[in-house]
Amino acid sequence: MTPRVTFAVAGRVLSQLRRDHRTVAMLIVMPALLVTLMWWMFADSPTTFDRVGGPLLAVFPSIIMFIVTSVATLRERSSGTLSRLFTLPMGKLDFLLGYALAFALIAVVQALVVVSIALYALDLDIQGAAWQLGVVAVLDGVLGTALGLFASAFAATEFQAVQLMPAVMIPQLLLCGLLLPRDQLPGVLHAVSTVLPLSYAVDAVVGVAQGNSPVGDLLVVAAFILAALGLGAATLRRRTA
Amino acid sequence: MVKNAVSCRDVAVVRGEREVLRGVSFELRTGSVTGLLGPSGCGKTTLIRAIVGLQARVSGSVSVLGSPAGAAELRSRIGYVTQEPSVYGDLTVVENLRFFAAVLGAAASDVERVVDAVDLRSHADVRVDRLSGGQRSRASLAAALLGSPELLVLDEPTVGLDPVLRRDLWELFHRLAADGVTLLVSSHVMDEAVRCDRLLLMRDGELLADDTPQALLAAVGTDDIEQAFLTLIDRKAEAR
Repeated sequence: MTPRVTFAVAGRVLSQLRRDHRTVAMLIVMPALLVTLMWWMFADSPTTFDRVGGPLLAVFPSIIMFIVTSVATLRERSSGTLSRLFTLPMGKLDFLLGYALAFALIAVVQALVVVSIALYALDLDIQGAAWQLGVVAVLDGVLGTALGLFASAFAATEFQAVQLMPAVMIPQLLLCGLLLPRDQLPGVLHAVSTVLPLSYAVDAVVGVAQGNSPVGDLLVVAAFILAALGLGAATLRRRTA
Repeated sequence: MVKNAVSCRDVAVVRGEREVLRGVSFELRTGSVTGLLGPSGCGKTTLIRAIVGLQARVSGSVSVLGSPAGAAELRSRIGYVTQEPSVYGDLTVVENLRFFAAVLGAAASDVERVVDAVDLRSHADVRVDRLSGGQRSRASLAAALLGSPELLVLDEPTVGLDPVLRRDLWELFHRLAADGVTLLVSSHVMDEAVRCDRLLLMRDGELLADDTPQALLAAVGTDDIEQAFLTLIDRKAEAR
C-alpha cells in the first residue's frame, strides 16, 4: 500500500463525481428527501417518527452508498482501466481505499445534510448530542461504501451488480430493527441479525437517540468496514482468465 | 542491461476446453521493435496479457526484464496499451495523464512530454469521451509512455488511425527503440509488418514464424507479407 497512490485514486474518483451532477445529487439529497417523506407519512403521529426517524438516518445513507459503489468498480473493469491499473504500481488495497476515501468525504456532506434536516427542520427528538448523530451517519455511509466495494467483486457486469442490492441490503433492512425491534424477532432471525452490519449501524443511532453512548456499536461498524475492505482486496484478482 | 527484454519458453494457456496458446517460445531483443501479427482470435492478446502479468493459468516461463512476468518490481517499468482505449471517458486527456503519472510517481512535467509525443496538444483539455476513436487510442498510448518504461506492449495501437498518424506513431516507436526501449506491437494489418525489426507470426495459438521481415520474405520468395503468411500456413499444413 502506498499513500501517494491511494490519494491519487481518491482524487480521481472525486473529479469524476464532480462532473456527474446527477450522482452527487442522488448521494447528497436523496437520503434527506426520503427521511422527509417518512416524516410526512407520520405527520399525525410524531412519536412514531421519533422512533423510526433515527434508524432511517443509518439505513438510507448506507443503502444509497452501497448501490453507487457496487457499480463504480465494475465500470473500471469493463472500461479496461482496472487492467491497466493492475500493470502499474497499484496495490489492490490502494484501489479500494481510494474509492472508500472519496466516498467517505461524500458521506460527511451527506450526513451533515440529512442530520441537519432531521433535527432542525423535521424536529426529530433525540437525547444525545447532534454531533454524535452526525458521526454515526458518516460511519454508516462508509459502511455502505465498504460493503458495496466488497460485493462488486462478486458481480461480473454492471447488470449483475445492481442485482446485489436486493440480495445484500434488503434482508439487512428487514432485520436491522427498523420494522420490528430485534429482540422481538424469532430466535433464529435474531441470531442472524446479530451478524449483520446494518443492525449495529441502527443500534448506534438508537443509542444516540436514547442518550446512550454509541461507541460500542460504532466499533463493531468500524470492524465490519475494515473486514469488508480487507476481504474486497483479497477477492480482487490481478490475473484473470 | 539484460540482452533479451522478454523471454518466453513453452508458454501455454488453456481457457475452458480450448488451448488459446500452445507452447509459444521466443525472445525480444532489448531496443527492438517486434510486430506480433496474426488473424483476430489467434491468441495475440492472451500472449500480451501473459507478458504484462494479467493472464491467469499460464504454463511455461515468461521472463520480463530479468524477472518473472507480473513481478511487483516490473510495475513501473512496463507500459501496456489495451486494445480498447483504457482511459477515463469523463476526465480530460490531461486529467487522465496526471492521475496515471501520480500512480507511477512520475514527474508532472512528464504529462506535457507524452501529450506532445502523441500529438494531442490541441485536445489536451477535452474530455476523452468527446474525442474521436483515434484520438482516444492516442490518449491511451500517452498514458503508457508516462514514466519512460523500458518495455512497451501495445495491443493494436494503430487501429482506426489515418495513414499520416500511423506513420508518425511508427516513427515514435523507432525513436523510443533507438533510446533502448523494447516494443512489442500487435496488429492484424499485415502492411505494418515491414516497419518492424522483427516479426512474430501467429495462428491458432502457435508461432508460425519468428524472423526479420526481409528474411521472411526471402524464405518464401515474395515481396508481400500477406502472401508470405499464407504460404507459411500452407507449408505448415503440408508438413502435418
